[in-house]
Amino acid sequence: MTEQNNGKPVLLTMKGLRIEGRSDETWSEIVHGIDLTLHKGEVLGLIGESGAGKSTVGLAAMGFTRDGCRISGGEIVFDGIDLMKASEATKRNLRGKRIAYVAQSAAASFNPAHKLMDQYCEAPVQHGVMGRAEAESDAVDLYRRMQLPDPDNIGFRYPHQVSGGQLQRAMTAMAMACRPDLIIFDEPTTALDVTTQIEVLAAIRNIVEQFDTAAIYITHDLAVVAQMADRIKVLLKGDEVEEADTRSMLSAPKEDYTKSLWAVRSHARAEQPPVAADKTPVVSVQNITAGYGSVDVLMNVNFDIHERRTVAVVGESGSGKSTTARVITGLLPPRQGQILFDGETLPPDYRKRTRDQLRQAQMIYQMADTALNPKLRIRELIGRPAQMYLGLQGKALTDRIRNLLDLIELEPDDYIDRLPAELSGGQKQRIGIARALAAEPKFIICDEVTSALDQLVAEGILKLLDKLQSEFDLAYMFITHDLATVKAIADEVVVMKEGRVIEQGPKSEMFRPPHDPYTELLLSSVPEMDPDWLTDLLREREGG
Amino acid sequence: MGFLTGLFWFVAVIAACMAAGWLFRTIAIAVTPKGVKKELRTAPLTASFGMMVIIIYIIVAVFAPLIAPFPERMVVGPEYMPWDETHLLGTDNLGRDMLSRLIFGARNTVGIAFATTALAFLIGSILGLLAATVGGWLDQALSRMVDVLMAIPALIFSLLLLTIFGTSVITLIIVIAVIDSTRVFRLARSVALNIVVMDYIEAAKLRGEGLWRLITREILPNAMAPLVAEFGLRFCFVFLAISALSFLGLGLQPPMADWGSMVKENATLIAFGDITPLLPAVAIALLTVSVNFVVDWQLHRASGLKE
Repeated sequence: MTEQNNGKPVLLTMKGLRIEGRSDETWSEIVHGIDLTLHKGEVLGLIGESGAGKSTVGLAAMGFTRDGCRISGGEIVFDGIDLMKASEATKRNLRGKRIAYVAQSAAASFNPAHKLMDQYCEAPVQHGVMGRAEAESDAVDLYRRMQLPDPDNIGFRYPHQVSGGQLQRAMTAMAMACRPDLIIFDEPTTALDVTTQIEVLAAIRNIVEQFDTAAIYITHDLAVVAQMADRIKVLLKGDEVEEADTRSMLSAPKEDYTKSLWAVRSHARAEQPPVAADKTPVVSVQNITAGYGSVDVLMNVNFDIHERRTVAVVGESGSGKSTTARVITGLLPPRQGQILFDGETLPPDYRKRTRDQLRQAQMIYQMADTALNPKLRIRELIGRPAQMYLGLQGKALTDRIRNLLDLIELEPDDYIDRLPAELSGGQKQRIGIARALAAEPKFIICDEVTSALDQLVAEGILKLLDKLQSEFDLAYMFITHDLATVKAIADEVVVMKEGRVIEQGPKSEMFRPPHDPYTELLLSSVPEMDPDWLTDLLREREGG
Repeated sequence: MGFLTGLFWFVAVIAACMAAGWLFRTIAIAVTPKGVKKELRTAPLTASFGMMVIIIYIIVAVFAPLIAPFPERMVVGPEYMPWDETHLLGTDNLGRDMLSRLIFGARNTVGIAFATTALAFLIGSILGLLAATVGGWLDQALSRMVDVLMAIPALIFSLLLLTIFGTSVITLIIVIAVIDSTRVFRLARSVALNIVVMDYIEAAKLRGEGLWRLITREILPNAMAPLVAEFGLRFCFVFLAISALSFLGLGLQPPMADWGSMVKENATLIAFGDITPLLPAVAIALLTVSVNFVVDWQLHRASGLKE
């Protein structure tokens, strides 16, 4: 066990923790004996893919399990209290007072019917730590430390009246209300834009240091954990892979799995030769202005996408990236401007387009869960476009489906008759790709296709898209907010903000200064795998 | 003492029902193919009891002429005979065999209720899915029309329509089906509205799929669970509506055996403390409760609720 506690006493220990989950009336083990030690004031990062058991272990630190789970073995000792043996009343008294929890989605965790202040005061008043008036003034103080705007009054707003990033900070402040010894952060920034993420990360780190609070920081984002944690523990499918302090873990990971996690971010697309000036682009977006109701969401958007090229469209949520995709597909006819496909004007409404025009442009969605009809088998999901557009029937159709499954690297015999529910997230996304390919298109829109996936799985998807592009001469429009993905796959980058294109050009130019100030902000906000990155960045921004 | 005996019988009947349900489930698991087997294992005792009752009703309805000791309409003796060996449940107000009429009644009442519910679902769900998928003026027109129909109390409205169009079995089925289809329409539309916003519907539209295919392959399979649950409940309502109408004299016409009118015809006996006229009512109640047991189980499964 690593011992670099600077003489601080041990706060939490877990020994041989085993947790079982119930599915189909049987119990199966999902956490197989985890050991964990946390000292006072120390931040431990828990990382791993989804299903690794990070959140389950995090919750167990409070002696709590989700419905359908139970702790089947091991021991959890928090500051001398054995949580396995403690009564519900004892545990209830600890939770909120000495151990607090910050959930992934603050928007879903706040009660929308009560003001922030009422929810803040609940725990301290309930636990008898302070009175209502005292709690309120304390809240204002914490809101100020969390750098929330207008700290005196923000507490009297309802959750829907503040932004996502502010809500996440308000939730951290709420967790701090009783000055707990331990806070469990469960992916607190995953749902946020990069530029907002920075503010939340800085605020969390700041407040944890100020109050010398111990924390367990759960995330799948390595660069984030590098900024936050003193030590990192890597989990894989309920087992510990390795544990070390942050710097040595980043510079010299021991296990192969950890190394592969680290290597994900190194994937980068080779530079492509420039496109000949007289070549007709596959898709040309010209002077598009579009919107919903009377509001313009896009203003005068222009860009071209060429054969075998990937154009990444980057921006925060609400910048108009997805709306651009809707205009190109014809779901949202523009007010002005036109879409050219191979030099010919496309009808603005998809209903007016010919079947062949529809076939040429396909789309892959962000959430494979909602993009695949859960009641249809793979055979029909990817067979339907082939049957519809290419008129394949019977054996020819089956052969084509098998061929498509081969292309997306899924074993045809094994998968052809499955339902989407019988696939993992990454496999579902592959089926989404196969469905687009089945139409034999020239152009594919990828809408945040990797953002719902773990890094390793996402990298697999990106590599697959890369391979398919060179095999079938596809043009991609890649919508993303993740600049690491841009580096990995794009040839050209279009940066959007508030419905306008503010900068565009080849990738190599985009990652080289000078930038538009917004691009600069966006680029500098992407966490790097350097533990000092956040500190340096904040100093730099304050100085400049 | 009387209370205790009553309590004892009550408990005994419940226990017997549950035992029957358990037995039925055990046998069903043993004889059904593998896929069904797994689902049956999840059935609680109430649901297996319900399934057993429904199956018994179906058998009785289908094989009524073979099971019933006497024909449906034959006068076999004096009126209001008490229970004896030949006429197990006595005779009715015209001297017809009560048991035989009860058995034929299952065929008429259950069969017509089923046909009506099926028709109501056909109309209601097709229009509901269409309204949700197409939207716009079609949705507006259909929804407002349904609102108007729903504003009139169902029983009064059906009495009115039956008085206008006459009381044949066909009109009865059509009138109740149309009135009930408004409820199905509302459900189908609201379920489908949640489905049409999914990405896979957008993908299907962008693929250029036609309306028919969109509704039958993309939307309907995902709307099935709530619709099936509603089918069970709606079946009970229709069933009760037919019995109520028959009781009021506007439903199935004599001499057809029908549970609702059988209660009415023999109601005089109740004054003498005889429970025979209540037996058709018990048959109605038993079926209604059984259907609801099964529906509850299915709803529970479809919604993924855990206790």
